[in-house]
Amino acid sequence: MGMKAYIVRRVLLFIPTLLGVTLLIFAILQFFTPEERASAYIRGTPKNPDVIYRVIEKYHLDAPLHIQYYFWITRVLSGDLGIAKSAGNIPVSVALLKGIPATFELVIFSIPSIIFLGIYLGIKSAVNRDKASDHIIRIFSIIGWSLPTFWSALILISIFYGGLGWVSAGRLSNEAYGVVTSPNFIRYTRINTIDGILNGQLWITIDALKHIVLPVINLTIISVALIVRVMRSSMLEELSKGYILTAKAKGLSNDVVINKHAKRNALIPVVTISGVLTAGLLTGVVITETVFNYKGIGYFAAHAALQMDIPSVLGFALFVGLVYSVANLIVDITYAYIDPRIRVE
Amino acid sequence: MKSNSRWSELKKSMSPTIAELKFTVKRIRESPLSIMGMAIIMFFAAIAILAPILAPPVNENPYIMPHDGWKRVPKPPSPKHIFGTTSGQYDVFYGCIWGTRTAFYVGFEVVGISLLIGIVIGSLSGYYGGIVDEIMMRFTDIIYAFPGLILAMALVVAFGRSLESVLLALVLVSWPTYTRVIRGEVLKVKQTDYVEVAKAIGCSDFRIITRHILPNAIYPVLIMASLNIGSVVLTAAALSFLGLGAGESFADWGQLISNSRDYIMGTAANPLAYWHTWLIPGLFIFMFVLGWNLLGDAFRDILDPTIRRR
Repeated sequence: MGMKAYIVRRVLLFIPTLLGVTLLIFAILQFFTPEERASAYIRGTPKNPDVIYRVIEKYHLDAPLHIQYYFWITRVLSGDLGIAKSAGNIPVSVALLKGIPATFELVIFSIPSIIFLGIYLGIKSAVNRDKASDHIIRIFSIIGWSLPTFWSALILISIFYGGLGWVSAGRLSNEAYGVVTSPNFIRYTRINTIDGILNGQLWITIDALKHIVLPVINLTIISVALIVRVMRSSMLEELSKGYILTAKAKGLSNDVVINKHAKRNALIPVVTISGVLTAGLLTGVVITETVFNYKGIGYFAAHAALQMDIPSVLGFALFVGLVYSVANLIVDITYAYIDPRIRVE
Repeated sequence: MKSNSRWSELKKSMSPTIAELKFTVKRIRESPLSIMGMAIIMFFAAIAILAPILAPPVNENPYIMPHDGWKRVPKPPSPKHIFGTTSGQYDVFYGCIWGTRTAFYVGFEVVGISLLIGIVIGSLSGYYGGIVDEIMMRFTDIIYAFPGLILAMALVVAFGRSLESVLLALVLVSWPTYTRVIRGEVLKVKQTDYVEVAKAIGCSDFRIITRHILPNAIYPVLIMASLNIGSVVLTAAALSFLGLGAGESFADWGQLISNSRDYIMGTAANPLAYWHTWLIPGLFIFMFVLGWNLLGDAFRDILDPTIRRR
């Protein structure tokens, strides 16, 4: 099977996944009565029951399931996920859109540090198998893997914000926040580090960076172990293969054998794991943002869950399900691209 | 005489298995990480068993924590409450001790039930194939389309806040993993000659699955499942921290931290004023999960056929 045929097949398989993701969220919605579901579309608490019955009728909330699904998915596709009561009665989709740049900023800064650190430590661990450095790296990565996200975040906050008085929790300091929300400051991307540069106010960028360092470190600590583990075992496997022995027999230096021969092949499995890494990050941001008071979509979801805000939590879950499915699609195609064996299957 | 020869035959046929098993045990004993993991788990098991002695229950249901008044502000450690109290004056020490039982209970129950579902659906799916298999696999795909904690969060919000909801949500997000592994193993074993022979001599499907296939397919998933206990407890703790746990008075590590969530940042003058409300229960969660993960990491290396002998 050629590359094109593989991509077409994989994209076609994506359609039932999308359908499944929406169906599952729709199924979870069925745990609630039509009245409860109707109140998801009303700002605040309705004063009069008639309002609820009008919404039920208008949105077909007591119709047979397939009809309900049709009307529900049409509304979802037009961006109507209900009202987020936990975020000041704004539509869920608006709340998500407001949070996405912040979360995106956090994730974009975390991914390189996780991947580079993970690959570096994984190789070091494999090359020095069963030596002291291998044991140390493994113990540290298992510790990171076992840390409750909120606990490591609390420890970091206590030491650096509380103990050393570095900065305070949040996305920006108060002064910077005042400037960013003032009318003179244009929020092109709502990503503060970029907007600071675009507005020619570098100190905003620096302020944003200072606030993002700890959340990034926290996400790195809890996710890096995944890459280390995969990189280590795939590197060990490559190092035991015949071509490595050949390369060594030719008299190539150890560095060349490791970096030019083994590392390249060992990187392939790391690509497959990036889907799982995405899941870890999407989960990690919910807790990390909550503890660091960093107002992205994770913070929004955690606060919604605390207040049992149904449309917000389900809207967030739907969004995450879609993002994760797209991420997996990209991973599969990349994998097929770099490893031709996959396409033949 | 006859039985003797059968015995020696059996011994001969089993000898590679026994040798491998001996090698595995040797590797485990040589691995300091797995010994450390085992020691940590033993320590927690001892706490769980000795809970009634370490922290004598006050209420009829020992999992309901006693509280010393109703004040919202947590109190620091004192001779009366050696780990201090949470918001609502629940004793942190009591919660940590009985929370150990909760952790084992959550871990074993979630893993046990998901494993059972996985074994039944996975073996039926793998053995019969066809439309049932197709439907089941698409169903697991859908669950896999969500990161576990986030789907569990949505499910707990739908089921209502309680320990049962947390357990059910965790089972619902974890059974597909076991189902897939079992199915894969069953597909492999199904091809073997002895299964063909069993079919040819007219064994029932039930007998073939339970007597011939499962005993040869179940081993990897059993190990995988038992080592997942740590990550299950970690997810449950995260749900509790998000306020979706068993409820304020229930002895659970994540719940203890959640109780004091308005205080964990300390006061403006002293950010570490209420350190005991989160540092101590968090340490219990961390050590418990660490124990299982140390054991799991060592096992993964030892049992991975591609790297085990190097």
